Formats: sequence, C-alpha cells, structure tokens
Amino acid sequence: MGYRDSLQLTADRRLRHFLSIEGLPRATLVEILDTAESFFQVGTREVKKVPLLRGKTIVNLFFENSTRTRTTFELAAKRLSADVLNLNISTSATSKGESLLDTLRNLEAMHADLFVVRHSQSGAAHYIARNVAPHVSVINAGDGSHAHPTQAMLDMFTIRRHFGEFAPLTVVIVGDVLHSRVARSQIHALTTLGVNAVRVVGPRTLIPREVRTLGAHPCDSLEEGLEGADVVIMLRLQRERMQGAFIPSEREYFRLYGLTEAKLARARPDVLVMHPGPINRGVEIASEVADGPRSVILEQVSNGIAVRMAVMALTLGSHSREAGA
Amino acid sequence: MRRLTLKGGRVVDPANGVDRLADLHLAEGRVLAVGEPPDGFSPEQTLDVSGLVVCPGLVDLRVRLREPGLLHKADIASEVAAAVAGGVTTVVMPADTDPVVDTPAVVELVTSRARARGKARVFLIGALTKGLAGEEISEMAALQEAGCIGVGNAGMPVRNHLVLRRALEYAAGQGLTVFLHPEDPWLAAGGVVHEGPVALRLGLTGIPVMAETIALARDLALVEHSGARTHFCGLSSERAVRLLARARFDGLPVSADVTAHHLHLTEMDVAGYDAQAHVRPPLRSQRDRDGLRRALAAGEVDAICSDHQPHDRDAKLGPFAETEPGISALETLLPLTLRLVEEGVVDLTQAVDLLSHRPARVAGLPYGTLSPGAPADVCCFDPEARWVLQPECLRSRGRNTPFIGWEFKGRVRYTLVEGALVFQDPGETG
Repeated sequence: MGYRDSLQLTADRRLRHFLSIEGLPRATLVEILDTAESFFQVGTREVKKVPLLRGKTIVNLFFENSTRTRTTFELAAKRLSADVLNLNISTSATSKGESLLDTLRNLEAMHADLFVVRHSQSGAAHYIARNVAPHVSVINAGDGSHAHPTQAMLDMFTIRRHFGEFAPLTVVIVGDVLHSRVARSQIHALTTLGVNAVRVVGPRTLIPREVRTLGAHPCDSLEEGLEGADVVIMLRLQRERMQGAFIPSEREYFRLYGLTEAKLARARPDVLVMHPGPINRGVEIASEVADGPRSVILEQVSNGIAVRMAVMALTLGSHSREAGA
Repeated sequence: MRRLTLKGGRVVDPANGVDRLADLHLAEGRVLAVGEPPDGFSPEQTLDVSGLVVCPGLVDLRVRLREPGLLHKADIASEVAAAVAGGVTTVVMPADTDPVVDTPAVVELVTSRARARGKARVFLIGALTKGLAGEEISEMAALQEAGCIGVGNAGMPVRNHLVLRRALEYAAGQGLTVFLHPEDPWLAAGGVVHEGPVALRLGLTGIPVMAETIALARDLALVEHSGARTHFCGLSSERAVRLLARARFDGLPVSADVTAHHLHLTEMDVAGYDAQAHVRPPLRSQRDRDGLRRALAAGEVDAICSDHQPHDRDAKLGPFAETEPGISALETLLPLTLRLVEEGVVDLTQAVDLLSHRPARVAGLPYGTLSPGAPADVCCFDPEARWVLQPECLRSRGRNTPFIGWEFKGRVRYTLVEGALVFQDPGETG
C-alpha cells in the first residue's frame, strides 16, 4: 500500500513519521534496530544523556491514558536532551475533529517539532500526520486497534539481541489479536524482517479469519502452537471481552490459552517469553512463567527506551537532513 | 415557454424502446411527440441539441436534502439546484430529517419549500415507525394522504421482528410501498467498514456481509407473509443481490437499488483511512462489487441511486470512525453510471432505464418516460464531453466526495422540469 510509504517516508526514503510498520521497507526497520543498539549503550553509562536533540521540543499528546508508555517516551526524549511537554487530553474535550486540529495548530504555534500520539481511535495518528505542518513529525504511540509500532520494534530489538537473526525463528503470538494494535504491528514487523513462521493462537472469537492475509498462521490450540517455538508473545486480555461474548470466563481462558511451565515445555528450550505489559497474572500467563528464567518482560521495558530514542532521532533527523540537502 | 422543440438529439427513452435521432416536441409541460411534430405545431422556441443524448429526467430514489433541521449541512434550495445540474428531475427523500417525517406537517413543509424553488420535484418517504424509533408504527395513512410515496425507517433499525411484521401488514393494507435498509444492528454494532482484510489491517470494526443477508432474510420472510410491496435500499453485497433475485423468482413483490459508488469503489478505497469513502452500508470487496455489476446487467437490480448525503466540512474531519458516513453524490450519479456504459457493464438504454423509468416505477411516479402525454422532465447530456471533477464544480453545499480528480465522460447540458429549462450548463451559451 504505497500511500503509507509516501506519508511515512520522505522522497529520499527517510523516516518522516512513524505511524505503522506496514508499508515500511526492511531496511528502515533494520536502521531503527541498529540506531537503537547505539543508544542502548547510553542507558548503561553513568551520564545517560546525549545532546542530539538539544533545542527540539517533543510533545507527548496522549488522548488515552498510559503512564507506562508515556514515561518511556518521556525518558527517551530527555536522554536525547529534548524539551518535553506532556499533555493528557480527555477525548471528550476533542470529540470533534475540528477541535483536534485546533489543538495541533496551537502546539505548532509553540514550535513543537515532534508529536508522540496515543489515541483510542484507529487511524488517529495518520489523521494527525496528514494535518501537521511540514516541519513536524508524528510518532504513533498506539492508535485504537490499529498499530503500536514502537512496541513492535522494541520486541524485535529484544528478539535480535537474543538470537542475532530473524530468519530461522518461529514466533507465536497468543491472545486477543482481534483488538490488539500490538499484535498487528508485531506481525508486520516479523514478516517484514523475514522470520520463518508467525503463528497466532487464541479462541476463534479473537483470531480473525483474515489474519492469514497478514502472513500469520492461525492455531486453535496453544499446545500445538508452542511446538518448537523460539519466541512466545503473550497479549494482554482486556476484562471487557467477557461482556462482548468473546470468551466465557477468565478461568476457561487461562485453562486453554494461559501460559504455564507445563505448556511452555513444548517450545524450544531457549524460548523467549515476552509480554507488552501490563500483565494479568493468572489470566494470560502464570506468575511462575512471567517471573521465570525464560521471561524477558522487564528487559523489553528497558529496550523500549533505546528504541524510542532511535525513532525520535530518525524522524527528527529526516528534517535536518532534508533541509541540509 | 409553453411550446418547445429539442432539435436533432439522440432520443433515448427505454420505456418506449426508443433510441434514435429525433426531435422532441413539448407543449404545456408535457411531451407532445417524438419525431415528426403533430399537424399545426409551431414551437415558440427551438433548442439545438444535436450531438446530445435526450433522455427522461433522472429519478433518484435516495437524496438527503438536510432540511428541516440540518441546515448546517445543506438545504432544499442548494440541493434541488444540485439535482438539476446532475440531470436529476425527481428526488425521493428519506424520513430522517429533524423533525422526522412522521407527521403530515413535515411533509407539507418540505414539499411546499421545494415547490417554491421550482427546480427538481421532491417526494418524501414517510417514517415507518414514530420518530424512526422502531417501536410504534406511524400514522401511515395520514402520511400517504399528505403525499408520501411510501414509508421506511431511513436506515434506522427496526429491531423487533413483531413491530416490523405489524408495520408491513399495515402498509400492505394501505397499498404503501415500504423502503427497507437491511442491516442487522447487532452484527453491525460499532462497525464502520466492511469486515475483511482491510478492516483487519486498519484496526477498524467491520460490518460483516451477514449483517446484510440476515436482515434481508428476515425482511423477506415478513414480506412473504404480509404481501407488502417492498423496496430494498442500497444492497451492497453479492450474496444479498442473489437472495433478492431468488425472492423475486419466487414471486415476492420486491425491488432493490444499489448506489453508484458501490458499483465503482471497494474496501480498498478506505485503505488510507479516507473519510470521504466512509459510507453506510460500507464499500465491500471487489467480489461484491462485481456481483452487484452482474446483477445490474442481468436486470436483477431496479435502480441506481446516488444516496446523496451532503455534509459540512467538520463531519469528515477526525479519525475515520468518528467521521460521518455519506457522499455528496447527486452530481456524480449520471457520470458514474455512464462510466459503467463505457466499461461495458450495461448499455446506454439500460443505464438510462436504471436512472429514470425503473426508479419511477418503484416510487409509483409517472416520470422517467418520454411517452406522449408524460410530464416533460428531460435531461440532455453530451456523451462525449470529458471533464474532471473539482470541488468547486459542485452545486451541492456538500463537497464530500471521494471522486474528486476523477475524469468523467458525459456532461449534462440542459435539464427541463415540466417543460421549463431549469438548468443550462454555463459552458453552453448556445
């Protein structure tokens, strides 16, 4: 879908906005991972700052609450020496599109350089990217059920740090794929980076039939799905799924799709267990696994800062290089 | 003028099997003759229409005029002007104005205002249920007496099967045509696009095809029971037109229309979150679009309509699911249909038939034909004129259309209602 390329990439194929993984070439994803690797070292130093984005203003524009995600973006911006403005905007205040545009114009007037956007509606980040001034970049920090590309890239970063390459890997994503922006972005990232196989596991109410068109293989049984897996990614189950008649109870869900040590034994011995957080212990994952030796859940959080630094540096860099060219 | 001759055009009148070069003579607001003028006829004016197709004025079964109540979007004056600019001489308006068309007073208000404008003829579909709430049946006989050509729920659901059963029985007894939009409210809940691969990629809630087919199957069972003459509005899926064809074969008193945009666009057109392609029912798969085209060619669809829904700018701003569905479509109805002719889906006679005579029959109106004695509603268009749609071309106050930038072949030059010239292409100074 070429339109995404043209919205996200500049004419010389630099990353102008980071809205979704879909439509980005493998080279761009690898560039993000390589850049994140260099920033990863910064986090381990005594002085955790680099002056790369000094004088830049980054606005965290959160229309949906998420302290965790906002905090890692904030930390990433600060480590790059940017000025950060955090705005939590209740969606009721911007129920109409026009006032959302008004908000953007006001922030642009304050010379913001980058918007980090989280919104409950799919496509919100695209909408904002299409309507910002030419010098402003947009990073999607999660829009509805559509995409959460920085989360997917920090997962890819974590996987690459452990395995070094993607081609031989079998990755299993377990849970509510239907509503998950994380799963969509992960599937696109994994197929773009060329893993051996992506399996998606869950009840058929939460695994859309069309998931095959994304290059993922649906699987009804977790035991079957875990067979020979290198990576298992557990998705968070939202409590409200019971009301929508998607699943009968947390108890039955855990019995069928909850990750336990016993089920994990079917995967490869060096399997990585991942979760985008926050975890529902005893619903999608047993504590013994979440806190166990195969779990890299906390590592994902630290990696998130390096990946977000990389995406900020690349998107803001696309302007200066363009201007200099 | 009272006597007028349209000279030298290609007269296409499907109702009478006419497609030939001929003069069209009009007198006292009615068609007098095609071809040779009657003895002693001398026109007060002659219009040279050589090179143009002369056909019955178009009849559009679904046009929102937004008046009363939604004047920030459009009004009767702006939209009837848009209609005649698109060659449409008769529009049928659903009941979802504010207030709803569920009392004779609202019918009176709209028809009198439209009459004062003197452009396109405006007819109303009264509310099937009070306030379109789907709970109590409306005073259908009073609405009929006030001039409503039928009753319908304007896309609002009638959830309760028993209420719909009663409504159809009652309407059947009054000889009223019922206009239904088949969509199951539960299966469609929260949906904004066709359920399929594009919805999955975009993370938007889908409206599955079965939301249409299940509602249609229910409605058909109730039609069979009640015998109510029923018209299905805007079928969007291949399965739905197949269901309808079977019902028609079984002898049920049913008809259906499709919108011009469902015959051209698919789910792929929303893939960039383009709010201009946000419509209800949603744009479906290519297979569905092809199925609609086949049904059209086979005569299983009775009309192409615009489903004109002019919007203010704000309505299309924001993330996709927060935008309002609908296209400002009156002025692209004829060009999109002519494109089907160019693509070989239907021939010109079929196209004109689907835009005039057959929808007029669905609405029970005497228009859509150039038979001698018929009201002189005429559309003259240049079938060879190429043009590109720009927002400023539109007379409608709604500029919301996904067809901006499309190149069309075929342009309306003159529109006549009751023998009076109500539109003339400003490019044509002849």
